Amino acid sequence: MKRPARKKIAQALGFLALRLAMAVVLAVLILLLGDIVRKGGGAISWEFLSQAPRRGMTEGGIFPAIVGTFLVTVITAVLAVPLGMSAAVYLNEYARQTRLTRLIRLSIRNLSGVPSIVYGLFGVILFVNALRLGTSVLSAGLTLGLMTLPWTITAGEEALKTIPDSYREGALALGATKWQTIRTNVLPYAVPGMLTGTVLGLARAAGETAPILFTGAAFYLPALPKSPGDQFMALPYHLYIMATQHHAILKVRPLAYGTALVLIFLVLGMNMAAIVVRYRLRKKQR
Amino acid sequence: MRKKKRNDLKEAAIGAFFFTSGILAVLVLIGIFLTLLATAVPAFREIPVGKFFGHSRWDPTSPEKAEYGLLSMIASTLLVTAGALLLAVPIGIAVAAYLSDVAPWRVREVLKPVVEILAGIPSVVVGFLGLVLFGPALARLFHTANGLNALNGSILLAVMSLPTIISISEDSLNAVPKAYSEASLALGASRWQTLVRVKLPAALSGIVAAVMLGLGRAIGETMTVLMATGNARSFPRGLLSSVRTMTADIAIELGEAPYFTTHYYALFAIGLVLFVMTFAVNLAADVVLRRYQERER
Repeated sequence: MKRPARKKIAQALGFLALRLAMAVVLAVLILLLGDIVRKGGGAISWEFLSQAPRRGMTEGGIFPAIVGTFLVTVITAVLAVPLGMSAAVYLNEYARQTRLTRLIRLSIRNLSGVPSIVYGLFGVILFVNALRLGTSVLSAGLTLGLMTLPWTITAGEEALKTIPDSYREGALALGATKWQTIRTNVLPYAVPGMLTGTVLGLARAAGETAPILFTGAAFYLPALPKSPGDQFMALPYHLYIMATQHHAILKVRPLAYGTALVLIFLVLGMNMAAIVVRYRLRKKQR
Repeated sequence: MRKKKRNDLKEAAIGAFFFTSGILAVLVLIGIFLTLLATAVPAFREIPVGKFFGHSRWDPTSPEKAEYGLLSMIASTLLVTAGALLLAVPIGIAVAAYLSDVAPWRVREVLKPVVEILAGIPSVVVGFLGLVLFGPALARLFHTANGLNALNGSILLAVMSLPTIISISEDSLNAVPKAYSEASLALGASRWQTLVRVKLPAALSGIVAAVMLGLGRAIGETMTVLMATGNARSFPRGLLSSVRTMTADIAIELGEAPYFTTHYYALFAIGLVLFVMTFAVNLAADVVLRRYQERER
């Protein structure tokens, strides 16, 4: 009788420890988000969202940073989405199990592990200097685009994998060529899934700071960027400056909290939208 | 006949197009490595390699004599990362085990996206919270002037690497064949015993890979450590000392270093060291993960 009782106690204690670990993670998440929402909420107003910073960035809003983050994300998407999708099509539809295919997959997995600051260094050399794009929205967007590429490829492949082979075989049996099959029987069903995965990657890119530090983000600009060759203000960089580089850090703390809230709202909003859509898609496919 | 030929040509062209975008990933990876290498090498015309890796004084803008010793930054990176893993590995594995073996199906469906949210918080926001939330708390706890030290960075990096460790560990726990746990339960083992003595050992290589991927992320993280560790250039003396990691140093100094000077090249040399370190860790994780998946098949 003694042994089974001890076994039960061990299990109860063990499971309690696991539950505690989960509780710790949830508590940290609530602590982090709660602090930002509580202290950032007061800073949010229509003025904060729609006006430029004033008086050495001690007053006013973050409108130029919102615009800048939007613009740079558009360029990121223009590079990373089409390239990522076509690479995914190659890997899932064309590639055979060769050494080269394994090398491509290995490269993709390793690219997603390259530190973001290293992408920044690469962007400085390739886009800012070699291609003479200077520090600009374009350079920063392309740098972020390269960083996002492995994520969009993986997301695209995941979506293509969910399309049953019978779809492809049906078209091929009717005499369609490979591309006709992909165009009519694979892509139309895979694109929604590919796009949701892509949004997750773009959300991460929009929140990144290190790759844009030296490729185009600016401390403060009196005007919005007029062309892709101009420098820009960005939400993550603005938060970094307001938190560490400003001449009156404690005075602008509420503005920093407000910026953090807007950034989190934007990034997590994109994330959650994608997660919800993906969940629905999966349910439909079952 | 002619139409078929034209179609074949079109098909080949389209195939070639997709192949080109596929091969791009390889080119970018090689491109990053060669670019870093080419920009780092000129630094060693003035800095002896042994000094770069063996000395701990880093003072590139000194008016008397510029010093380029990377050792204290390597030590700082390793210290902060080790602290992060000490926190994140036990918690991450426990959460993964909770999600795969304890949580009811419905709870799990809710909690998994919640963990994903943690992965979605931008690093600059995490760093900001290290500055305004964890910093003052640590200062009060340990009676230090401010809480900007290696410990703060470790806590933040643990938070940032948790989602990676949790999701990959959970995947590998779920990939353990049902027959293993059924056999264990049928022999009279409890669910806890089955988890600890059967499932965790069977999933071990996946968990090791998860930890290594988390390690890679922690080594390369920039903004959180930049904002939360205080950035002192001295050799770290413990988790409560202010430290400057390799990533933070690049972020601090690249803006001030004039293009194409020894200082500029030296920062790219740090980038190269970072690239090689994370590449090695990720490659090792990859090998472990592949071998494990092949065995399971």
